Amino acid sequence: MNDRSAEPEPLAAAQTFAGYAPAPESTSIVTLADRYDLWIGGEWRPPSEGRWFPTVNPASGEPIAEIAEGSAPDIDAAVAAARAAFDGPWAATSPSQRSRILFRIARLLQERAREFAVLESLDGGKPIRESRDVDVPLAAAHFFYHAGWADKLDWAFGGGVHARPVGVVGQIIPWNFPLLMAAWKLAPALAAGNTVVLKPAETTSLTALLLVEVLREAGLPAGVVNIVTGGGDAGAALAAHPGVDKIAFTGSTEVGRSIRRATAATGARLTLELGGKSAHVIYDDAPLDQAVEGAVQGIWFNQGHVCCAGSRLLVQESIADAFTERLVARMQRLRVGDPLDKNTDIGAINSGAQLARITELCEIAESEGARRVQTTAALPDRGWFFPPTIFTGVDTSHRIAVEEVFGPVLAVMTFRTPQEAIAKANSTPYGLAAGVWTSDGARILWTAERLRAGVVWANTYNQFDPASPFGGMRASGFGREGGRQGLDAYVNLEAAS
Amino acid sequence: MNEMKTYKLYVGGAFVRSESGRVTSVTSVTSDDGEVLARVATASRKDLRDAVVAARGAQPAWASATPYLRGQILYRVAEMLDGRRTSAADELVRSGWSKADAAVEVDAAIDTWVWWAGWADKLTQVLGSVNPVAGPFLNVSTPEPVGVVGVVAADRPLADLAGVLAPVLCGGNTAVVLASAAHPLAALSFAEVLATSDVPGGVANVLWGDVGELAPWLADHADVDAIDVSGAPDGLRCDLVERSAGNLKRCAATSGLRRPQTAGEFLDLKTVWHPARV
Repeated sequence: MNDRSAEPEPLAAAQTFAGYAPAPESTSIVTLADRYDLWIGGEWRPPSEGRWFPTVNPASGEPIAEIAEGSAPDIDAAVAAARAAFDGPWAATSPSQRSRILFRIARLLQERAREFAVLESLDGGKPIRESRDVDVPLAAAHFFYHAGWADKLDWAFGGGVHARPVGVVGQIIPWNFPLLMAAWKLAPALAAGNTVVLKPAETTSLTALLLVEVLREAGLPAGVVNIVTGGGDAGAALAAHPGVDKIAFTGSTEVGRSIRRATAATGARLTLELGGKSAHVIYDDAPLDQAVEGAVQGIWFNQGHVCCAGSRLLVQESIADAFTERLVARMQRLRVGDPLDKNTDIGAINSGAQLARITELCEIAESEGARRVQTTAALPDRGWFFPPTIFTGVDTSHRIAVEEVFGPVLAVMTFRTPQEAIAKANSTPYGLAAGVWTSDGARILWTAERLRAGVVWANTYNQFDPASPFGGMRASGFGREGGRQGLDAYVNLEAAS
Repeated sequence: MNEMKTYKLYVGGAFVRSESGRVTSVTSVTSDDGEVLARVATASRKDLRDAVVAARGAQPAWASATPYLRGQILYRVAEMLDGRRTSAADELVRSGWSKADAAVEVDAAIDTWVWWAGWADKLTQVLGSVNPVAGPFLNVSTPEPVGVVGVVAADRPLADLAGVLAPVLCGGNTAVVLASAAHPLAALSFAEVLATSDVPGGVANVLWGDVGELAPWLADHADVDAIDVSGAPDGLRCDLVERSAGNLKRCAATSGLRRPQTAGEFLDLKTVWHPARV
């Protein structure tokens, strides 16, 4: 071992550490209805086919409410309502009034932050620490940031053009950051004067439905935002709807491809934020303790249910053993358990289907010859959980090094030269994010320039901000969300006369 | 009597016949007896693939050339076209254009190359940004070329071609161009301008053939990163966009609009974060 201080502490210590008394957040702040309808044209409407499905707390496996299963006729109704609002009350709302409504939404979200955070963790399984400190504050920040753009759009595009709204926007969002993704989609769309049909993910609709209360209270006119819950069929109907002018989708690359084909036929504009297999490069001169924390943040944030998760760790060979030992020791201290416990680091896997996929990819990794290292603390005896996992001895051709796991599973590989690091980092069709750790400034810039990724975190990882454009290259999609450049997806530019 | 020239495809910095051996006769539109003006090598699927290989090979060096150098090279294209102003216009006239229209066409193309030459060292400033994030970080967004771009050029063989090709090259991409189906002679003569303008071989490749046959292969090609379909016939566009789903190409229909966002269609934004604290 190169560094004596890198010795992992005995397992017993970690278990004692993990044995802290529970500190559960109360759920009393949340009032759940038994059953939720669709939000269309400023009113709650039952789904046209009269079907509801249970939404489940993944930490217990228990259903907590029933969600309307929207289908094509509901999408038709929602698109018609969005069109009517676009031509009517929303067109009549001045840019500065739009701005004020968005500011109010941000404020109301901040005021009800705890309620949203508890509901997010209850419905989606993420640790309350993350929904409280990341998801909800960032969602409010997105509305606040975009509020200011609503009456300043022409300044965003460098002159000679007027920015006009695109029209009716269909937005399809994933289950990993339900409220935050709704905010990423809604805030720029509304700031630019569009109306929206939002399709939340099947397993995590509740915070989007609670957001309806905020939108109403903020004075958003009826029909400007419509929410159609349901499964893939509702999403597909929205993506292929001829009355939609633009589709924004966050989700898997495979579904992204089918949406690309659907919008080719309708001519709708499209932005896609898809999968990733992001490389996290650790050079031998990196500050090791910080880099270990970066790797932890990179892969175990939100159970690894993160499109930009740093799921391929590339460590320079000379420090690989020492680094991996520290990382394993750190992993043993992660607390897996009740998402609503304020001590929890790793919450529940979002669904049984996702747990099955993670389990399968780990079994394949072992069968292909990689070595599995996992935390040894006991998992809760109900609900869907998966222990933080590291695979060493991974070959670049192993499926665990190629496919997106979307779970708390890290593949560790090594490299010798910076050139080899770049070649390995870029040897994937994806290009969403990447990380680099080194103390050498020139090496940071050299590496960042060569990594094929839309976001590069240098000596940090998984940072997000509404002012910072986010989005991928290559098979990770196109278009950006956030920042001045993110507005581009929601406007048509016309030559200024 | 003119020599009956055979116009060749421009691939990897060389003028080549089609590997298929296909050649098309272009007849004069001004004479009734179907006088053959020239013969034109007619691209095949293999030629298209060769052009993509050439474009991919040339891309890293073109992207890493300084924007100042890329700007000078694009300006050199304008200079060289200006030097061939008379012959370029004559060629259009032989293809049936009026003298006045031909002159306008050549001037418009020169003007477009000059306009984009000046953008090469400004796109990053205008499309990029330093972002005021709520934390102790430097956060910088810069546009980067997507890589290899397929371009289906519209009918005007010099001006439309300039309008879609120049913004692609400007940002550091390399291109495979399907030239105007209607006017092969002017477009392939323009390739001679590219060949003598310090544009490195492979950076711009010009093919001519049946767009309906070639463009779908371009949209399918897994090593093409983006496609500008603005020159494709209406009936073909939807098919090209649908095919682009395979490798999730960026699809644009820029129509050569003169604004930095046109170049931006072929740039991917990269955002880099770094802590700024002690």
